Amino acid sequence: MKKLFFITAVSILLFGACGENKSGADVETAKKEKMAKIFGLTVFELDNGIGPIKEKLNLGPIDSKIVETGRKLFDAKCSQCHKLDERYTGPAQRDLIKRRSPEYIMNMILNPVEMVARHPEAKKMFAQYPTQMPFQNVTQDDARMMLEYFRSLIK
Amino acid sequence: MKKKNFLFVIVPVLLLGAILYNCSNSNNAGNFSDAASKVYVAPGTHDEFYAFMSGGFSGQVSVYGLPSGRLFRVISVFSQNPETGYGYSEESKPMLNTSYGNIPWDDAHHPELSQTDGIPDGRWLFINGNNTPRIARIDLKSFETAEIIEIPNSAGNHGSPFVTENNEYVVAATRFSIPIPQKDVPISSYKENFKGTLSFIRTDPQTGKMSLAFQILVPGFDYDLAHAGKGVSHGWAFFSCYNTEQANTLLEINASQNDKDFVAAVNWKAAEKYLAQGKGKTVSSEYYRNYFDEEKHLAVSEKNSQVTILDPKDCPGLIYYLPTPKSPHGVNIDPTGEYIVAGGKLSTVLPVHSFSKMLKAIENKDFIGEVNGIPILKYESVIAGEVKDPGLGPLHTEFDNNGNAYTSAFLSSEIVKWKLGTWEVLDRIPTYYSIGHLMIPGGDSRKPWGKYVVALNKITKDRYLPTGPELTQSAQLFDITGDKMKLLLDFPTIGEPHYAQAIPANILEKNSKRIYEIEKNKNPFVTKSEKEARVERKGNEIHVYLTTSRSHFKPDNIEGIKVGDKVFFHVTNLEQDWDIPHGFAIKGANNSELLVMPGQTKTIVWNPQKEGIYPFYCTDFCSALHQEMQGYVRVSSSGSNTKLLFN
Repeated sequence: MKKLFFITAVSILLFGACGENKSGADVETAKKEKMAKIFGLTVFELDNGIGPIKEKLNLGPIDSKIVETGRKLFDAKCSQCHKLDERYTGPAQRDLIKRRSPEYIMNMILNPVEMVARHPEAKKMFAQYPTQMPFQNVTQDDARMMLEYFRSLIK
Repeated sequence: MKKKNFLFVIVPVLLLGAILYNCSNSNNAGNFSDAASKVYVAPGTHDEFYAFMSGGFSGQVSVYGLPSGRLFRVISVFSQNPETGYGYSEESKPMLNTSYGNIPWDDAHHPELSQTDGIPDGRWLFINGNNTPRIARIDLKSFETAEIIEIPNSAGNHGSPFVTENNEYVVAATRFSIPIPQKDVPISSYKENFKGTLSFIRTDPQTGKMSLAFQILVPGFDYDLAHAGKGVSHGWAFFSCYNTEQANTLLEINASQNDKDFVAAVNWKAAEKYLAQGKGKTVSSEYYRNYFDEEKHLAVSEKNSQVTILDPKDCPGLIYYLPTPKSPHGVNIDPTGEYIVAGGKLSTVLPVHSFSKMLKAIENKDFIGEVNGIPILKYESVIAGEVKDPGLGPLHTEFDNNGNAYTSAFLSSEIVKWKLGTWEVLDRIPTYYSIGHLMIPGGDSRKPWGKYVVALNKITKDRYLPTGPELTQSAQLFDITGDKMKLLLDFPTIGEPHYAQAIPANILEKNSKRIYEIEKNKNPFVTKSEKEARVERKGNEIHVYLTTSRSHFKPDNIEGIKVGDKVFFHVTNLEQDWDIPHGFAIKGANNSELLVMPGQTKTIVWNPQKEGIYPFYCTDFCSALHQEMQGYVRVSSSGSNTKLLFN
């Protein structure tokens, strides 16, 4: 089994190295595919988290109508652990949208336990902030509104 | 050579000893390798049945898994529980209110699952408080006590709470007769002044809300146990009674004189007609109904002052006595509703009455006398059969789904299996020791799940490692799927287990509540986010609106509290994740801790007595930083001008 994995890994590497006119983006993709495989994830999951959001969102301009609801939800459900500008139980959140993809943010809100168990980035965070982020009994719509709030935090 | 001789003697002696030892233990230490696989529930997997056992003198209900016998929850019902704050927190205190004040304890005997069409439905569990007569209703979504109703005009509420097919009524009976209404009379005037009552508590089909519909005034005997009719006998309820001698002292001897006592058969549909005709008398009686408002996380007490009483003298056909030997205890109705089995503690046979023969005897007026307007039916006209040699001291009977009955025999410590209809004893198996009730899942309903019978034993003696003078009580699980009953497992129980109920896990587990939604929390002292956490002073009352979240309190530094203040900690757990309760305890509190479930608010009062710094902390391990979940309260002298501060 180990041998097979080794051979596969080597052939992937060789294939990647020998490819003709390989563009930078292709190299990046191959690297990601390899990473994803190691963690047992799809490339989409590696970039966008594991959970109910399984494809890229079609985000328009910031919808100011839902920002306020998102803020209230954040205050009620998240603020006991997350502040905007300081480390608290969890990391500061003002720059969240710069650090994570929108889909990743929603999956982390909606599926935190599996994220921490399986996703390399979430695992890293758990090592730094040793409290398991809980699912806070929110709907996908709630998470979408909170995402809009996070988007509004960056001018 | 001497050595050899010694061995020559000692080896046979040891062998003989070993053989004798094995023989003497053949009853209670047989080969259980086969049994082990039947009760083994692998780590991480679930039991097949939930079993609810009365906590007896602990006043609570315990929840076990079957067949493993694993205890996984104790539900606070009639007794304060400092582990959770039940009966100590401001929100829960009213649950224990009665017309005698706030009562911190009771003796809980008979759990009974609510039913739909005579089959346990897993919505609620009822249980009686024997000492200060009450009936509790437990919600089986939250596994919390939802309601407690006091039964007025009652003493020793033993014969309860047994349900009719659709919980139209929960029935209850007085074990101890008393003057009704209460009055100051010589005890020796028992026969003249003492009466019993049979109570019918209506439940709301949607909410389960209990209300006392009516009581029936009955002669002053000891009404012991009950079961409602089902199937053909739906519309009737049956109550056993002893002390028809009406003794008021040394009942052990004086109430064991008569050859036969009674099972009282009550036609509650006739009672409804008499009530509609206005035959009930309104009598003033003070009693409480306490219920838990799950949205407010708050118990509310309601005081009632009237009850409707029916007197059998004014209501012919309401109630009949079935003569039953001899000081009967349990009264159990088979799944069809036709057979009424009454276990006589001192009887050598187990009488089984026939419901259809009873109806015929009533029609033929086959009476041998009457007591206070209640006709006594002729024994020979109502008896369907007698089980011969049912063990010594037969008490209770449960049923399987194959037409068999199982009777517990207290004195001979055994379960006796017999056939309905032929009354033939099929099998008997010892229990260790002194079995009281027994229980088959659904075994008192129209649909028994007849896989196991559980013996609820009064005495354990040598069955467990000794623990000083007080030994554990215990239950024993038997396999009843074959012709022969087979002992599978002993397991200890809390308090004294009286009756129990069990239901397939798949009916309950899917409904189990995980959290209380914080948005729906309407507690008057809720704190819905850390931004609202605060401390307020109102005269010498301090209200701390405290939140918990892994792993901190907000606020966690409080100053400006003074000696003589009454401090209310209103603790809201902001978590919305399953299995993340937080605890709250403060040094020197005279009451208890709080255990607060996700989305819940609970309040504990603290009266600081001395100046100084008082730490508080989370008592329920919540995260890797649980040890960091702490705070401080500064208490200043009563005259100080320390400013009220919090962070």
